Amino acid sequence: MTTDLRFPTPPSHEGAEALRHEVRDFLANVLVDRSSLRRADSWNGFDRDFSRKLGQRGWLGMTWPKKYGGHERSAYERYVVMEETLAAGAPVASHWIADRQSGPSLLKYGTEAQKEAILPGIAAGETVFCIGMSEPDSGSDLAATRTRATPVDGGWNVTGTKLWTTGAHQADYMILFCRTSGSPADRQAGTSQLLVDLKTTTGITIRPIIDLAGQHHFNEVHFEDAFLPSGALIGSEGAGWEQVMSELAFERSGPERFLSSMQLLIELVGALQDASSEAAELALGRLTAHLVTLRRLSRGVAAMLEAGANPGTHAAIVKDLGATFEQDLPDIARSLIDAEPDAASTSDFVAVLAHITMNAPSFSLRGGTREILRGIIARGLGLR
Amino acid sequence: MELTEVGAMLADTAERLFTAHAEEIDRAAHEGVWPEAAWAAIEESGLPLALVPEAQGGFGVPPREALMLIRQSGRHALALPLAETMIGNAALAAAGLSLAKGPVGLADSANARVPWGRHAKTIVLGDDVGVQRHVGLDVSTQGTNIAGHPRDQIAAPAEQPSSAGAVPVLALGALARALQMAGALERVLEMTVEHVSSRVQFGRPLAKFQAIQQELAKLAGEVAAASAAADHAADAYASGAEDLTFAIAVARTRIGEAASKAAAIAHQLHGAIGFTREHALHRFTTALWAWRDEYGTQRHWTLIVGKRALSAGRDGYWPMVVAA
Ligand SMILES: Cc1cc2nc3c(=O)[nH]c(=O)nc-3n(C[C@H](O)[C@H](O)[C@H](O)COP(=O)(O)OP(=O)(O)OC[C@H]3O[C@@H](n4cnc5c(N)ncnc54)[C@H](O)[C@@H]3O)c2cc1C
Repeated sequence: MTTDLRFPTPPSHEGAEALRHEVRDFLANVLVDRSSLRRADSWNGFDRDFSRKLGQRGWLGMTWPKKYGGHERSAYERYVVMEETLAAGAPVASHWIADRQSGPSLLKYGTEAQKEAILPGIAAGETVFCIGMSEPDSGSDLAATRTRATPVDGGWNVTGTKLWTTGAHQADYMILFCRTSGSPADRQAGTSQLLVDLKTTTGITIRPIIDLAGQHHFNEVHFEDAFLPSGALIGSEGAGWEQVMSELAFERSGPERFLSSMQLLIELVGALQDASSEAAELALGRLTAHLVTLRRLSRGVAAMLEAGANPGTHAAIVKDLGATFEQDLPDIARSLIDAEPDAASTSDFVAVLAHITMNAPSFSLRGGTREILRGIIARGLGLR
Repeated sequence: MELTEVGAMLADTAERLFTAHAEEIDRAAHEGVWPEAAWAAIEESGLPLALVPEAQGGFGVPPREALMLIRQSGRHALALPLAETMIGNAALAAAGLSLAKGPVGLADSANARVPWGRHAKTIVLGDDVGVQRHVGLDVSTQGTNIAGHPRDQIAAPAEQPSSAGAVPVLALGALARALQMAGALERVLEMTVEHVSSRVQFGRPLAKFQAIQQELAKLAGEVAAASAAADHAADAYASGAEDLTFAIAVARTRIGEAASKAAAIAHQLHGAIGFTREHALHRFTTALWAWRDEYGTQRHWTLIVGKRALSAGRDGYWPMVVAA
């Protein structure tokens, strides 16, 4: 148990600020024509060309060993690239799942062959990943997975359904979490992670799911006697739970957990230039103090990752505080500026307000719900 | 944080003194008298000089570690002007004036409401012009904050010359309160975890109810945020950041909100026992409620952050956040 919730001091690195300016200049250039509305959709912006450019700059797989296409740079330099990219509203969807969690997971648990085959492509911004965790009957309760990989001659036979799989329709690979031995009553035991080549594997059907804003980013992925070779196993059979928890720590630790609605805050500052009031200054002061503090907490998590510590509880705290901050934002904005949210508006503020209003519910669902995160924090406090 | 030898020694000394004299200090605070023996022991330990550079009579504790002592005093809800005296001495040293003897009262204007004013042997008045050192000033009106700590009106002679060089006494006092609140919040979290783990209702410890766990997780989030915001301001002080006042404004804005939310959760989870004079929780929560608005109110500091954010403009906003 720990009630010591001090986050380490964010690391500072010579050259990190120079790197920041390099990234800003690059982004200002590449994104010059990108509208505010599209910037607000940074998470779903799928642009292989942009990802490739980041790869060419050496800004993907930054911390990985050079022999796998990485650049052996510090976690903090990577953090700088990530936060600048998100704050600028760059399209990150075609690289960031791989860069943030699939790549690091493979690096940690993958076989030598998997690392050699996959990691260089991620670092180059060429290889797109999706996450196969959730299922129809297994959401927060991930251990209830029903998708099953049965050992067969030379590999695995997979049957089951994954749900809410972001980007499956565009991805090259999936890391699949499923049962490989025992029965559902065994819960966490008997689960594993498998690497699925979505482009060549037969027996996989991907169907779109349209979100409430009318966008297609997540999917249902159905496996029907899909054959995966033995080399697809990541880590060891039966260790899937431990691996997936480690992967989720990567997923939850980053600045995207409070920067996905940054564009609304930026447009709010813009809109307030002609509509200021003391109420606006107070609201903006509060939001800014939250944001500066979240940055510090999040960089503290980066420091923990760099030191090889497990930031599970700390990452859950940042994600929970970040989601709350982001979800408060649209209502605060509405209270300060008269506007009927409309994504088709010519006002950047009004269009972005519409977009964030529609997307805000997902902030405390994706990557682990608010309630689940708070359960993790409570466990960290020794309460359960 | 890895402490230097002298920093660790001072932290140990402080912990020993705060614990040994806790009862005396508490009783004195309730009765409105000055805990003579406790203060004498603290003064003797040298803690009031921890922020003074070695060349001017301090002991060469790194400033960052000296500030941790203020945070530590908050963990005990210490009802003494130790933070004021540390900061007052640092301001006097910076202005080239002789150090204070006895407890210090900090003032940012000639008729400020001064914490512990009636007990202060020296008043350090600092503003945009410079620093003044007053000895033997009278208190014009005595008062207390809602934690029962003395907050007294003083009347400083207006014509007193200031030493050259502005010292932001208000902001430094605000930094002290930020650190004290972060320390007190840490203790509030611990007390609440302890309480829900031992209190049994419906046949099990409260901690086993999910509704309680969720509230504690929220409390922990606020405490973590307050801690980080206090660290942010303390780092700015220690690194001699150009915009120290802004870093302090950010910290106070965030920590003030954390104090409100955390105190509310802590009281809810403690039930009626936490609402008594007998239980220690109130020493922390009443102090938090008072500290939120001392050395500049919540509103004061929030407006400073808000005005800066607004003036950064649409394109300057993110760079401003990163530079803060
Ligand atoms: C935009 C978006 C993208 C996503 N992308 C992916 C993806 O790429 N890959 C993937 O695998 N998944 C993805 N997900 C799925 C996401 O991980 C799940 O939505 C999440 O884990 C919750 O599962 P659920 O939706 O089934 O809700 P449920 O688990 O059914 O939860 C519903 C509600 O009940 C609460 N609840 C559940 N259990 C408990 C409990 N024990 N105690 C208290 N409250 C509880 C939850 O907190 C929630 O409020 C995505 C989701 C969204 C919204």
